[in-house]
Amino acid sequence: MAKGYRYFEAIEKHAGKLGIFTAIMVSIGGLAEITPLFVEAHAITAAEGVKPYDPLRLAGKDIYVREGCYLCHTQMIRSLRAETQRYGDYSVSSESVYDRPHQWGSKRTGPDLARVGGKYSDDWQRLHLMDPRAVVGESNMPGYPWLADEPVDAADIVARMRTLKRLGDPYTDADIAAAPEALDGRTAMDALVAYLQGLGVRPDAEAAP
Amino acid sequence: MSSETETYNDQVVRLFLLAAAIWGVIGMGVGVFIAAQLAWPALNFDTPWLTFSRLRPDHTFGVIFAFGGSALMGTCYYVAQRTGHTRLALPRLANFTFWGWQLVVILAMVSMPLGYTQSKEYAEPEWLIDLLVAAVWVSFGVVFFATLAKRRIKHIYVANWYYGAFIIAVGLLHIVNNIVLPVSLTKSYPVYSGTVDAMVQWWYGHNAVAFFLTAGFLGMMYYFVPRQAQQPLWSYRFSIVNFWALISVYMWAGSHHLLFTALPDWVQSVGMAFSVLLLMPSWGSAANGLFTFNGAWQRVASDPAAKFMVMALVFYAASTTEGSLMAVKTVNSLSHYTDWTVAHVHSGSIGWVAMITIGSLYAMAPRALGRPAMHSKRGMELHFWMHTAGLVMYVASMWTAGVTEGLMWRATDATGALVYPFIDSLIAVRPFYLIRFLGGALVLGGMVVMAWNLWHTAADARARLVKPIPVPIPEPEPLQVPAPVPARV
Repeated sequence: MAKGYRYFEAIEKHAGKLGIFTAIMVSIGGLAEITPLFVEAHAITAAEGVKPYDPLRLAGKDIYVREGCYLCHTQMIRSLRAETQRYGDYSVSSESVYDRPHQWGSKRTGPDLARVGGKYSDDWQRLHLMDPRAVVGESNMPGYPWLADEPVDAADIVARMRTLKRLGDPYTDADIAAAPEALDGRTAMDALVAYLQGLGVRPDAEAAP
Repeated sequence: MSSETETYNDQVVRLFLLAAAIWGVIGMGVGVFIAAQLAWPALNFDTPWLTFSRLRPDHTFGVIFAFGGSALMGTCYYVAQRTGHTRLALPRLANFTFWGWQLVVILAMVSMPLGYTQSKEYAEPEWLIDLLVAAVWVSFGVVFFATLAKRRIKHIYVANWYYGAFIIAVGLLHIVNNIVLPVSLTKSYPVYSGTVDAMVQWWYGHNAVAFFLTAGFLGMMYYFVPRQAQQPLWSYRFSIVNFWALISVYMWAGSHHLLFTALPDWVQSVGMAFSVLLLMPSWGSAANGLFTFNGAWQRVASDPAAKFMVMALVFYAASTTEGSLMAVKTVNSLSHYTDWTVAHVHSGSIGWVAMITIGSLYAMAPRALGRPAMHSKRGMELHFWMHTAGLVMYVASMWTAGVTEGLMWRATDATGALVYPFIDSLIAVRPFYLIRFLGGALVLGGMVVMAWNLWHTAADARARLVKPIPVPIPEPEPLQVPAPVPARV
């Protein structure tokens, strides 16, 4: 046996030490990579024109989350030529600061949606969500017809905005107070379409020449 | 057998064995169904809870946490008792870990299709279920370490190292990734957003693979492979070196899921470098397992459980090699977001995880169920060939589909314009979705054969005829730390 073995033996024969050393070893990598991001996160502010979701789009984003759209659609255009050519400018950190959780995704059974906003009409989006094969014959996307009959619960969205405000998203009390009116008579379908039509659209950037 | 004799607690092991068999069929059944939906989208029936996007988390949760989790906890209790020559500590808490885990799985698999999801991959269940997971997991850790503490064999066998790391790391990952602020009982928002959330999520996602699907199942491998080969591990010291390398290197590699994204460049590069380093401990463990069969290869011909184990180790080596390759930016630029990722995941899960589990269950079940052997050896052989054929069909079809997608998405003509609209890539891979479905159905069929075989092997257990196995009490050594426990029930 090598000389150093007796130090090692101390771990191999002691359950507590084994557990503690294991915990230390597994923590190092995560701490090294995530801690700097936390520090940097405070430096990342919203890109120009990126505002916290208005009530309808927030409702839409949460429908997107609920239905699990992220399982087939990414919202992350990588910095590769083929991607920017197909989907538009590559995605940057400052665009997703209000996404809790992020919707970058990991698989494209359907195309990327990071900049889908304004690419199709509202009617196209609605029709496509009701019955995808009515507009794209070869699509294998499921339909989501139930969204059209589902009203948006304003009280729920108000509670969600309050929680997001507590987490640091810059909603004002006036924004929250105005939510029930903005959501009056709207359906989950309206909300999801509004969310999709806002993806990647920067009002200020559009105004620039 | 006198009442003073200490026996192994195999009751809870049998419960987990039963749960693993049932969840295996259910989890893979959901997988086959959603694979069919991708080939024939009409199968969504315009019904919310039957829709692909709502059901996919049920497949991943069902196979990873319900099937894999039950198999890991059951074998962990079995191995900790056998390698420590002691009865499981805290039997009531151990029973709580069984019933608690089954409750977690049922709540998760019912709530996710109803739309209660955090939409964080492999961590979809909402916060209330997450709290229950944490409670069960801490209890699992307490039972395991308390059992280690009362062991009679001084040396902690290496399988327990891996099980211990699996318990500690998964607890840590689960808690950090699920820190949220609840809105209501069924909805919450993570404290992280955007890029930070993405990094935390893939630190979790990657290391759930590392510690749930790798370290845990390596624990299984390090006990059951030597047991089935009926000779000692090829190199004990090599297994320890691989252990420290594996647990420290894996944690750095999560960012390879986010190459070319908005994640800071340095984190991407670090993740890529550590992913390549991971080849060493991965190959090390695979080689150690395979070499353990040296001189006993004739057993592989005659013993289907050993066949499963050898194939599992081959696929472990293959899929970890592939994983490191895919973490290299150049390869990743093609493979990411395509079905190549799906192929990789399934060569790891159907090839490595499921096969080492099935091999270990076939090795453990007769012993835990008080039988000399499994009910049907031909059933085991049939299972092996169905599983292997299904695996090859699945992985080969998804590889082809993935590379096809990757090449079509980046193809440009002489003017530099993209050649294919997105939908063309979907049309091109449709036939492969059909082959994948058939491969998955074969694997599922194999699981049904296993469930049938276990049911008949468990006849004595159902009739409560299984005699508890006495713990072999070693001769006390004068300087043994901790001091040997007197042999009592």
